[in-house]
Amino acid sequence: MIPFTHVDGKNCGRIEFYGLSTCIWCRKTRQLLDRLGVAYDYVYVDLLSGAEQEKAMAEVRRWNPNESFPTVVFAGSSCVLGFDEAKIRAAVGQ
Amino acid sequence: MSATAAVSDKAVDALLEKLEREAEASGYRLNPDREFARELVRSLLLNQERYGYWACPCRLAAGVKAEDLDIICPCDYRDADLNEFGACFCALYVSAEVAAGERPAASIPERRPPAAARRAARADGSLATPAGRLPLPVWRCKVCGYLCAREEPPGVCPICKAKKERFERFI
Repeated sequence: MIPFTHVDGKNCGRIEFYGLSTCIWCRKTRQLLDRLGVAYDYVYVDLLSGAEQEKAMAEVRRWNPNESFPTVVFAGSSCVLGFDEAKIRAAVGQ
Repeated sequence: MSATAAVSDKAVDALLEKLEREAEASGYRLNPDREFARELVRSLLLNQERYGYWACPCRLAAGVKAEDLDIICPCDYRDADLNEFGACFCALYVSAEVAAGERPAASIPERRPPAAARRAARADGSLATPAGRLPLPVWRCKVCGYLCAREEPPGVCPICKAKKERFERFI
């Protein structure tokens, strides 16, 4: 199990945020999700270790072969890489 | 963020000023958004505590220095990203245009190869060119491309200040 933390908000389908605790673009992306008021689940992969980190990375790789952060997966069907305000707004219909 | 509480503001400002001086002296520029740059420098100091070196804040460090050498700030990918996108991956370093406010720094695609490709490249450490009959080996700084012919690489790159371990045998 990947240990996600849930953030409450408007339901726009499941949103999984994979980031790093030190990454500035991850911070900006989370701030945007917070501003948009959508519900999402986030995990900081750098704070995981061993099998948990490998499991999270396998999931990131599935969506983003470049293994970069942030990787945000929308409803298990699309993803947005990096801090991209326009694409994230489009993904949550705002 | 609580994870960043361990680094003092004083240490952040001191390092930011040092990096600014060094960047200016060697023709590089830091992000003109002071708060943005401060946050990145804070994360560098946090990674110094976590890993013992300045791993890029925006990349996942292995925590093993030999595997993270290419992402120790300034990273091996900075100059190519400055040329192509006007900023490095985390955007601590920016181009002249971005520094002058003529275009914004943005989140850019990752240039670093994925982990599996990096492992394969490390396993294939062969030189692309034969040494020939040069009187001395030629060393290349993987950060800025500086070349020098001497028995060993310098302790610190005279151009970009990268450490000796960032040099590769070029010829």
